[in-house]
Amino acid sequence: MGAENSRIRVTDIQGVLRVEFVDRDILDEAAIRQINTELVRRLEAAAAPQMLISFRGVEHLSSAALGTLITVNSLTKKRGGQLRLSDIKPSIMEVFTITKLNKLFHISETAEKALVGFCRK
Amino acid sequence: MTPSPKRVDEGAIRLCEDSAQIEKMQFAVAHALASFSYPDAAMFAIRLSIEEAVMNGFRHGNLSDPQKMVEVRWHIDAQSAVLHVIDEGDGFNPEAVPDPTLDENLEIPSGRGLMLIRAYMSHAKYHGPGNHLEMHFLREAKS
Repeated sequence: MGAENSRIRVTDIQGVLRVEFVDRDILDEAAIRQINTELVRRLEAAAAPQMLISFRGVEHLSSAALGTLITVNSLTKKRGGQLRLSDIKPSIMEVFTITKLNKLFHISETAEKALVGFCRK
Repeated sequence: MTPSPKRVDEGAIRLCEDSAQIEKMQFAVAHALASFSYPDAAMFAIRLSIEEAVMNGFRHGNLSDPQKMVEVRWHIDAQSAVLHVIDEGDGFNPEAVPDPTLDENLEIPSGRGLMLIRAYMSHAKYHGPGNHLEMHFLREAKS
């Protein structure tokens, strides 16, 4: 899959993979499947992956997108790594609270704050 | 003086599983809500609930059969938004969906659509065998 078609942007910040979304709305199932595949590929390519998913600019997300985050979280833990989420606007934070997924994920207010907490190689 | 008739925006669209068609339907509903000055939080709640209901219809109702469609009907006025999402499947028992907020279910990646609908809408009820979801958003109750 070419980077030009990717629904995410990934930047390596001193060993932490920072993921940002291209789209404002993460609702389309085909796009979510694509994001899932790309994130899993990135995680499987790293030992003890450190991943930060930033929701800056994201306005809507569906339960299918939550499902992808859960999959990514499980895989990260299985590989001895760490996942953090950041920059979640209040309307989307409410979705995490309703589903109680705020208990499952490590959520930071900003990407900068999240990056401080990672174990660097 | 005769009172002016209450303004209502009604519509119906039959969808195949195509993101452009779904987006077009969402736009029509959002346009109707905006014409009654629904606040952003209501627009968010209704959009999310429709998205979840339509996806449940395609995935769990129609079992991803590309020959089957999902119909969305809306009736929106200044006080409430009533939405019907009807699939062509055999239906299901909504009470059989496990509670995804229980600690033991938190890491299961699916099964949150219906609970989001119930959280964001004022009422949500399945009709018939479970292939017809009726959702009400009461503006006053949710503001």
